[in-house]
Amino acid sequence: MTRYLLRRLGQSALTLVMVSIVVFAGVRAMPGDTARALAGEETTPEALDAIRRQYGLDQNIAVQYARYVENAVSGDLGTSARTGLPVTDGIFDALPVTLELAFLSLLLAVVVGIGAGVIAAVRRGRPAEWIANTVALLGLSVPNFWLGILLILAFAIAVPVFAASGFVPFGDDPLENLRRMVLPVVVLGSGLAAVVMRQTRAAMLESLSADYVRTARAKGLLPHQVVGGHALRNSLVTVVTVLGLQLGHLISGAVVTEQIFVLPGFGKLMIDAVFTRDYAMVQGVVLFTATGYILVNLAVDLLYSVIDPRIRLGGAQ
Amino acid sequence: MSTDAVHSGTARGPAGPGGPEDIPGTAPGRRRPGLLRRLRRNRLAFTGAVIAALFVLAALAAPLISPYDPARADFGSALAPPGWSHWLGTDDLGRDQLSRVIHGARASMQVGVLAVALAFLAGVPLGLIAGYYERFADPLVSRITDTLLAFPFLVLAVGLAAVLGPSLLNATVAIGVSLVPQVIRVTRAETLRLKHLDYVGAAVASGGGDGVVLVRHILPNAASALLVQATVGVPTAIIGEALLSFLGLGVQPPDPSLGVMLSSAQPYIAAAPWTAVFPGLAIVVATLAFNLFGDGLRDVLDPRGATR
Amino acid sequence: MNDTAGSTAVLRVRDLSVSFRGEEGGDGDVHAVDGLSFDVAPGEVLAVVGESGCGKSVTSLAVMGLLPPTARVGGSVALRGRELAGADEKELRSVRGREMSMVFQEPMTSLNPVLTVGRQIGEVLRRHQGLGRREARQRSAELLETVGIPDPGRRVDEYPHQLSGGMRQRVMLAVAVACDPAVLIADEPTTALDVTVQAGVLDVLGALRERLGTAIVLITHDLGVVAHTADRVLVMYAGRAVEHAPVEDLFATPRHPYTRGLLDAVPRPGGRAAALAEGRRPRLREIPGLVPGLETQPDRCTFAPRCAHADGLCTSRRPLLQAPAGPVGERPDAPHTAACWHPLDVTGAPAEATEEAAP
Repeated sequence: MTRYLLRRLGQSALTLVMVSIVVFAGVRAMPGDTARALAGEETTPEALDAIRRQYGLDQNIAVQYARYVENAVSGDLGTSARTGLPVTDGIFDALPVTLELAFLSLLLAVVVGIGAGVIAAVRRGRPAEWIANTVALLGLSVPNFWLGILLILAFAIAVPVFAASGFVPFGDDPLENLRRMVLPVVVLGSGLAAVVMRQTRAAMLESLSADYVRTARAKGLLPHQVVGGHALRNSLVTVVTVLGLQLGHLISGAVVTEQIFVLPGFGKLMIDAVFTRDYAMVQGVVLFTATGYILVNLAVDLLYSVIDPRIRLGGAQ
Repeated sequence: MSTDAVHSGTARGPAGPGGPEDIPGTAPGRRRPGLLRRLRRNRLAFTGAVIAALFVLAALAAPLISPYDPARADFGSALAPPGWSHWLGTDDLGRDQLSRVIHGARASMQVGVLAVALAFLAGVPLGLIAGYYERFADPLVSRITDTLLAFPFLVLAVGLAAVLGPSLLNATVAIGVSLVPQVIRVTRAETLRLKHLDYVGAAVASGGGDGVVLVRHILPNAASALLVQATVGVPTAIIGEALLSFLGLGVQPPDPSLGVMLSSAQPYIAAAPWTAVFPGLAIVVATLAFNLFGDGLRDVLDPRGATR
Repeated sequence: MNDTAGSTAVLRVRDLSVSFRGEEGGDGDVHAVDGLSFDVAPGEVLAVVGESGCGKSVTSLAVMGLLPPTARVGGSVALRGRELAGADEKELRSVRGREMSMVFQEPMTSLNPVLTVGRQIGEVLRRHQGLGRREARQRSAELLETVGIPDPGRRVDEYPHQLSGGMRQRVMLAVAVACDPAVLIADEPTTALDVTVQAGVLDVLGALRERLGTAIVLITHDLGVVAHTADRVLVMYAGRAVEHAPVEDLFATPRHPYTRGLLDAVPRPGGRAAALAEGRRPRLREIPGLVPGLETQPDRCTFAPRCAHADGLCTSRRPLLQAPAGPVGERPDAPHTAACWHPLDVTGAPAEATEEAAP
């Protein structure tokens, strides 16, 4: 366990370093004066000097990178050219919106996806499997931004049950918050649910034919104990892995969903920053997202070892 | 799946290094009819293949078969519903939707093919090296893959757009790069499997250099798995293009693209739903067709992958 | 027929047959088991012997009601007089693990890799005896001790991959006997194990039989295991019983040429078998030919194509299990029967077929 943990931590750290180099190099690679780019379009010579000092732009590239990492680690990602506020402020304002959206979508995907996957595997060859497979294939082929538009058309315009746009913090009005989150969560969660369903079904078909499931049946266990306690428990390892691999799609999906439903989250922050040429913000957001992504993947790997004792306890013999 | 598929689909015997132009692993004479016949037996996959082919043809022949110039505005008939003169209606500028969908498909295919090609150009060599020089190259390539994976597709696209300005080229690069890790993974796995086979050992023993072994013996035999991967990559790229264009990071208006059409339809969906429905439907049909075709192809060419 | 143990039998199987629907466009149904009957009394070990593919394992799964729905099962399986063939799944579930349990061949894959040993033993107790989590764990540790696993207090919280193959099979035994079942079916319980640990597992099996009076059906192809453990032996060939006898009788005077071939195929220096082999005619090191396909239920002896003594009768009529002429075995309560037109005598020579032998 400790060795696995250390190796995994080492890999993540290395990846983080490479990510920071890529982001650093990306900004340096921009045409023109980096200081001007970081400061935004309208700026004073004093402001430019301040930025040059802050990032050490007058020194060699290694020093610049060191300064950049030092700043980032101490939580200083620069100043937004658009708002004049620290980039971190913008990020932390947007974060709760995106986290709520992502969490609820993930919840939907896990509940619906695992449920449908188990049913499809247990009811193999019956209509239930066919329906689940078809819905999943559609879920994979319908792009979420189109699904978003259709849902707005159906449930916000034709039958106005849910709001199509805007965000109300959960703390201010929980019900209104959820009412506005329903459509975005369905949009973001459905594609993920389809992936989870397919993977769960495949893993369940495999574990249902395993010897230990036969043993469980020979013990006289009830069907739900055989399916849930034995087959699903083993399938979860694969499903969690897939969830980890899907996190990138979750982030990409969140960007679009926020754009469609005008949610002031991370994605919107990012897109707006690109179109207003707020380079400091783009740089900060990209670095923050990549870092978060690496950390979450690390967490998924650790979760993996909680589920599978063979990993936790140092491999099979 | 028939056992027949197992026998001739993946027999990668010593006899099958094959020339670069054929998909190796089977006797050259039997391959094409066999593959097609097996595909035709899988009705869904065959339907998918036909629709995908029609989609590609429409994209190629876009200027010939479009009833109107996709860029010509006609304010007199703006937001016209579907009818005899405009089968799919018109958009807010009175442009013919059918013509724009056909030209949009052209952009989709262009990005799809280019992005997949880019992913293969970068991913296949890396995968071959990682698999063949397992000891020292594999950890290195793994770190590259991890780094690429740390930038979710859209974040990467946003970063590129920020540096180079939004354009179709950047969108293509972003999509291509995001497909690279999967290509590396598949190539690496195939290389690992193939390099231990006897005939590769024989090629090494008879003095074949590493380059010869990789290009002449391993690569052709990994082709079926890679072909499946390519087919799966195209629908991903089609959705990616539509997505980036929808966000304004891909095709720039007034050029037609399915994503651009959806984006500009947003303000009018209540009054003219067809402006949003048809471009989206085109994306769904295209991706569904390629996905079905890819699934079928995998069943036929790569039975091991089918069980994954 | 072999009804003699009937009055005391806990498990009585009559005319059991199992067939699987043939592949689409294939050669029709596959008959895996054809008209099999046997009894097992409390505390008795019945060994079911035969080459792989002879229907031994299908028999055990059929008795447990664990065959897939594609299998068609006929005949009767009675546990303590209660009919299980055709019983609904709910009833079978209450029997499995409680009154009748099973140990499988592969201890490596038969235990769930992600659950602790204690949990896997405990869930039988919780299911059938309604124990709570703590009591179940406590009792699981006791069971581990019973099956000879040292340091059970620690092992109970370990996972299968932390145990050796022999220990895993002991855990499987602990699961199987957790509820003191009347019948235990062990399907090749030692085949996957190292020779050195096989004896240990068999000893545990023997001790359980002694202590709990469990009736044991031991499925095996290993005649060494049979000699070591069994009271009676049922020899199967191509889905049918070909010989049924107390273990001493079978080893002393095999009546069926197939059994004879099996015994001769085991090279054993010294000991009982070598003595038995003295004065025998051509020694079969292996039985020539292959086990026939199971697509048909021929009205003939299925072993005839491989048998040196086969004649026209063997290829035209099916022999049934019956006591051949000659000396009665050592146990009058368990007669020695063979399904053969020309059963071998004590010298190993085939007998002439008699008219009364025909049904």
